[in-house]
Amino acid sequence: MKKIFAFLSLLVVASMLLTACGGTTSSAFKVGQVTDLGGIDDKSFNASAWLGVENAQKELGVTGKYLESQGQSDYAKNIQQFLDEDTNLIVTVGFLLGVDTAKAALANPETKFAIVDYAYPDCWPGAAVGKDCGSDKEIANVLGLTFQTDQAAFLAGYLAAGMTKTGKVATYGGLNIPTVTIFMKGFEAGVKYYNQQKGTNVEVLGWNTAAADGVFAGNFESTDDGRSLAESFVQEGADIILPVAGPVGLGSAAVCKETGNCLVIGVDADWYETAAEYKDVVLTSVLKKINVAVYDAVKRAKDGTFKGGVATYTIKDGGVDIAPYHDFDSKVSAELKAEVEAAKKALIDGSLTVDGVLAK
Amino acid sequence: MTEKPIQPKKEEKAPASGQIRQALLVPALAVLTGLIIGAIIIIITNEKAATAYGNFFGDPLAALFASWEAVATAYGSLLVGSFGDPGKIINGLGILFSTGDSSKFIRALYPLSESLVTATPYIFAGLSVALGFRAGLFNVGAEGQLFIGTLASAFVGYSLVGLPWFIHLPLAILAGALGGALWGAIPGYLKAKTGAHEVVNTIMMNWIAFRLSDWLLNGPMKAPGFRPITPQIETSAELPRFFADPLRINWGFILALLAAYGVYWLLFKTTIGFEIRSVGLNPDAARYSGMSIVRNTVLVMALSGALSGLAGTAHVLGVDRWVGQGFSAGYGFDAIALALLGNSHPLGVVLAALLFGTLRSGATRMQSMAGIPIDIISIIQGLVIIFVAAPAIIRWLYRLRNIKSDTTVMVRGWGK
Repeated sequence: MKKIFAFLSLLVVASMLLTACGGTTSSAFKVGQVTDLGGIDDKSFNASAWLGVENAQKELGVTGKYLESQGQSDYAKNIQQFLDEDTNLIVTVGFLLGVDTAKAALANPETKFAIVDYAYPDCWPGAAVGKDCGSDKEIANVLGLTFQTDQAAFLAGYLAAGMTKTGKVATYGGLNIPTVTIFMKGFEAGVKYYNQQKGTNVEVLGWNTAAADGVFAGNFESTDDGRSLAESFVQEGADIILPVAGPVGLGSAAVCKETGNCLVIGVDADWYETAAEYKDVVLTSVLKKINVAVYDAVKRAKDGTFKGGVATYTIKDGGVDIAPYHDFDSKVSAELKAEVEAAKKALIDGSLTVDGVLAK
Repeated sequence: MTEKPIQPKKEEKAPASGQIRQALLVPALAVLTGLIIGAIIIIITNEKAATAYGNFFGDPLAALFASWEAVATAYGSLLVGSFGDPGKIINGLGILFSTGDSSKFIRALYPLSESLVTATPYIFAGLSVALGFRAGLFNVGAEGQLFIGTLASAFVGYSLVGLPWFIHLPLAILAGALGGALWGAIPGYLKAKTGAHEVVNTIMMNWIAFRLSDWLLNGPMKAPGFRPITPQIETSAELPRFFADPLRINWGFILALLAAYGVYWLLFKTTIGFEIRSVGLNPDAARYSGMSIVRNTVLVMALSGALSGLAGTAHVLGVDRWVGQGFSAGYGFDAIALALLGNSHPLGVVLAALLFGTLRSGATRMQSMAGIPIDIISIIQGLVIIFVAAPAIIRWLYRLRNIKSDTTVMVRGWGK
C-alpha cells in the first residue's frame, strides 16, 4: 500500500515537472483548422478542408494543425486554443461556426480567419449581432469561402438528362439549407436546359426551385435514409439520383449497386475514388473543391495578399467542376460529351447562366 | 402513501477511514492504470518513439527518452489544458498583487474554467444514472432526456420576452427539469405497469428524442435564417457567468453541486430515499414491507430524467445559449460511466465528473500541442470503466487483499 501511495505522489511531482517543459515556440506560419461535428475523417467537407491544409504544409512550408469539435460548445473553445497559440490563420469549417468565428475575428483583428461555406454580413433585420448572427458588415480579417456549385450541378443535370432511360432523374438533400439546395437548383436547371435544347421532357423528382422545396433526408448521417429514398425514387421511375446529403448518399449508391436499377452522381469529392466500393454506379460527381479554396486562403495569408470578404469559387476558376466519367467514359456518347463541354464553356464565358435557364 | 413506511434507521454509520480508503482505492488505481495504458498507446503511436525502438539494442536510452518525451508532451499539455499554465498563473498573481489588475490572473484560469464547464453537465447526468442504479434501474436514456429538457428550457428561454430574470430563469430551469422528467417517467411507468424493461425503453426513447429534436430544430423551433438551430435565449433566462469572456464558468456549476447534495440528502436522509434504496436492494422485501414498487419506479425515473434534463439546461442557459443538433457531446452516454466510476454515490459522481471534465477539457490542448487525437481520452475513459467494473483485475495487478465491501446493487436482471 505504502508503495502505491509513494508511486502516486511521485507521479504527481513528475507531472508538475512535465508542465514546465511544455510549449515550444516556432516561427513558422501557423494554420489551425477547427472542424465541425463530423470530425476530420468525415470523407466530406472537414476532410476536404484538411486536405487543403495538408497540401499547404507540403508546398508552402506552413505548419498545420486541426482540432475536432465534439459538441457545439467546442467551437469557441477550439478557436480560443488556436488564438492562445498565436496561430496566423484559423480555418473554420461550416456555417454552424459562423457566429463564433465572427466574434473571435472581431476581438482578434491581427489573426486571419477563413470560413468554409459562409460569408459576412450574415445578419437579418432584427437579429442581434454577436448572438443570432456574426456581423452586419464584412470583417476585414475574415475570408468567406463560398462555392457556385449550381454551375457544376448544372452540367451533372444535363448529363443525367442525356443518360436517363426512363426520362426521370431525381435529387434529394440533407437539409433545406442554401449550401445544399444550390446543388439541387443547378441540377434542375441542367435538366431543363437539356429539355430546351432537345425538345425532350425529362422530369426532375425531389426538387423544385420555383416552390423552393423538395425531398430532404433531414440529416447528414443516416445511410438507411439514403436507401429508402433511393428505393422510392426508383419506384417512381427515376434511374439517376443526385444525393446532396454527405454520407446519406452512400446508402443510395448501395441500393443502385445491389439492384442495378439506378446510377448515382456523387457530391463534394469524386466518389469514384472516395467511395470506390460503389464506383460501378457512379456516373460522375459534382466537385466542390474546398481543398483548393482552403489552400488558396493559406497561400494568400502567407504571402500577404489576404483580404477579408468573400471568395466565391466558380466553374471558371475550377473551384467547382464535374468529375471524369471514369468507367462510364465509353457509355457516354461523344455527342453528349461535346454538349456538356459546350455548356461548360458557355457557363464559363457567361453566355449561359443557371438563373437564366430557370427563368425561361 | 397508504401504509406507514419503515423509518430509516441510522444504518448509515460513518464508515471507518479504512473503508473510505478502500472505496477510493480501486477507482484511483483504475484511473492510474488507465493513464498508464494510455501512455503506452501514445508511445506506440508516436513516430519518433517507434523509430527509436527500431534501434532499441543500438541505443536503448534514446528509445526510452523518446517514449518519455512523447508521454511528457501529451500528459503535460493535458495537465496545462485542464488546470492552466503555472507560469501564467504565477505571473498573473504577480500582476494582481503589484498593480491590483486581476485580468491576467483570471485569464490564466481559463483552462480550469473550461474544465468545470465541461464537468457541469457530467455531474447532473452522472447523478441521473446513479439515482437510477440506486433503485435498481438502468437509465440508458439520459441522453434523450437531456435533449428534451434542453429543448424545453431553450423554448421557455427564447419565447418568453420581457420577464424579469428572477422569474424567467427559474421558469427556464423548471421547464428543463420537467421536460427530462416526462421523458424519464414514461419508461418508468411502462416498467412499473407492464414490466417492459427500462433499458430497451429508454434506448427507444432516445431515438424518439433525437428525431423529435431534428424535426423541432428544422421546423417549429428554428431561428430566422437558414441554419437549423433555435433562436438565442433571452438575457433574462441566462445563467450568469462569473467572469468576462472567454471564461464560461457560470452558476450552472454551483447548481450541479447543489443537486449532488440534494440527491445525497434524498437518498440517505429521507424516507423516500430509504424506500428507493430498499427497492433497489430487494424489491420483494420492499414490497412485502409495504412499499409501492410502481410509485417508486416512476418517481425514480422521473427524478432521474429531471436530472438529465438539468444537465442540458445548465449547459444551454450557462454556456451555449442556443441549441443545434450538435448540442450534446454525448454527456448522457458518458453519464453511465460516471455513475459506475462514482459507485452511484453523489460524492463519487461529482469526483468522477470532475475527472472526466478535466480530461475532456485538457484534451483540446493535448490534441493541438502533442497532435494526439482526442479519441485517446475516450480510450482512457473506457479502460477506467473496465477496471472499475472488474475490480478483480485491479486487485490482482496491485496485489490488494480482497476486502468485502458494500457493493451497490446496479441493476436487477431482466423480468422480475
